[in-house]
Amino acid sequence: MSLKVAVVTAGLSQPSSTRILADLLADAVTAQVSARGESVQIEVIELRDLAQDLATTMVTGGLPTPKVAAAREILATADGLVAVTPVFTASYSGLFKMFFDILDPDTLRNVPTIVAATAGTPRHSLVLEHALRPLFAYLHALTVPTGVFAATDDFGDGAEGSGLAGRVRQAASELTQQMMQAGNAVAGFVQSDADLTRRVSGNSLGSTPDFASLLKGHTGTL
Amino acid sequence: MEFGIFTVGDLTPDPTGRKSQTERERLQSIRKYALKAEEVGLDVFAQGEHHNPPFVVSSPTTNLAWIAAKTERIKLTTSTTLITTNDPVLIAEDFAMLQHVSDGRVDLMMGRGNTGPVYPWFGKDIRQGIPLAIENYHLLRKIWREEVVDWEGQFRTPLHGFTLAPRPLDDTAPFVWHGSIRSPEIAEQAAFYGDGFFHNNIFWNIEHTAQMVKLYRERYEMYGHGAKENAIVGLGGQAFMAETERQAKDFFRPYFDNAPVYGHGPSMEDFTKMTPLTVGTPEQVIERYLGMADQVGDYQRQLFLLDHAGLPEEVVLEQIEILGKEVVPVLRREFEARRPAGVRSNAPSHEELAALPADADYRQVISSPVARAAQAEEAATKAESK
Repeated sequence: MSLKVAVVTAGLSQPSSTRILADLLADAVTAQVSARGESVQIEVIELRDLAQDLATTMVTGGLPTPKVAAAREILATADGLVAVTPVFTASYSGLFKMFFDILDPDTLRNVPTIVAATAGTPRHSLVLEHALRPLFAYLHALTVPTGVFAATDDFGDGAEGSGLAGRVRQAASELTQQMMQAGNAVAGFVQSDADLTRRVSGNSLGSTPDFASLLKGHTGTL
Repeated sequence: MEFGIFTVGDLTPDPTGRKSQTERERLQSIRKYALKAEEVGLDVFAQGEHHNPPFVVSSPTTNLAWIAAKTERIKLTTSTTLITTNDPVLIAEDFAMLQHVSDGRVDLMMGRGNTGPVYPWFGKDIRQGIPLAIENYHLLRKIWREEVVDWEGQFRTPLHGFTLAPRPLDDTAPFVWHGSIRSPEIAEQAAFYGDGFFHNNIFWNIEHTAQMVKLYRERYEMYGHGAKENAIVGLGGQAFMAETERQAKDFFRPYFDNAPVYGHGPSMEDFTKMTPLTVGTPEQVIERYLGMADQVGDYQRQLFLLDHAGLPEEVVLEQIEILGKEVVPVLRREFEARRPAGVRSNAPSHEELAALPADADYRQVISSPVARAAQAEEAATKAESK
């Protein structure tokens, strides 16, 4: 099987520690998937490049620009997600939130997800638990148990450094395990309800119920 | 093909510092625009419906009746009639009256309305928007088509022994379009009844419009109203025109940048790329709108929003003149040239509908022969199992 992993980074600087962490996670996922004998394609979405398009979509009542439509498509078809944000004002950044705000709520149903964040100090490391996990819980994504928070110090040598590498590897392993388990149930033994895991990019019309069922109960003969 | 203008009836301040219109002046302007539209040879004038500031167009048939009295040819319609918050009995009455007053120069377009607070003012809930649109329109069809109505539904008090008076003109209901931007259920509704489908794409991209129209066409054919190429489609659009592209952009930009619906969002350049808004020469408008048929198939009605963004009256009147004298004649010719034989040019006129026999599909509440057959089969199965 060939897997596709979307990596969304809200880093703003060039170079960006947020992007560095995103790359570390992507590399670790690639290593874990390859170790299991499969291949994976990584698609990176830099939110900095989408910032103006996101604002356009927001203020036009949802009109997607081509770049926004493409990003929606990537997320709606990804087997896994790595989502990384810098900590701004004790939470995920506004740009990060704006991206997930313009997604169709059914885009990430059941999608294995690594939540990750960067900051100057470890002071706000619980942003993963208090801000990111609840956001992804609303979207019904499957956040893996290990989130990865990296303060500036974590990129250095020593105990902190190896700590980060360990967490990165742990998260990547959990993501890979989830991705490779998905859809593996043997037909006939496990009932799969397509509706429960239906994922929608929002780029095309959903299925419409036929009018007879819409009209039911409204013909005036109660 | 029918070409025309539609007004949303907004009272938008002039952003260039000129004195803004009062409500009275705005309403006077709208009446002038309707008369101008007929003068320059346009076929349709459409008026929106709103029940809150900054709009001035509540009570639509009052204004449309005045216009009917002062015109001879132009068709009057709505953009849109609120099928959710209005009582269907009132809609039935108002538009039957307008048919009589205008000698049949009327059709109407159903819309749900997107202003949240309006719903509770009329005792309704916006979250019930689709079921409301479905039930209310079905009742509206019954009132126009059945002489005595007995009805009990979810959203209105029951009717027993109700007869509409006056009956629709020539006992023929006005033609109905269903307007939708995002909801495929409304495209499905239009297809079910064989009514027209109007996609007001002025704030949306053509790819999405094309998907909605495609859905409508396929279901129209499925419900037995005819070939999907022959379904009845209308589109919205907006433009600002001048002799050169530069002149048009320079003049319109301050209006665009500050108008509530356009301003403080994407730039005019981006917005004109993503939506049908065209700011340039009449030739550019012609070229852009000719391209629409490539996306949605040959269609029957094209309406333009020209009195947008707080433009002054004399400017709008000039825009209507340019549209009628320079743009529409070319569009009319070119659209007809590309239209295959067998694809209708217009939505049915009142005369055409009034001439239909008593058992015609159009005269039935359930106009779809496929749906009627399905109903009959269901009833037969039920009777058998008893």
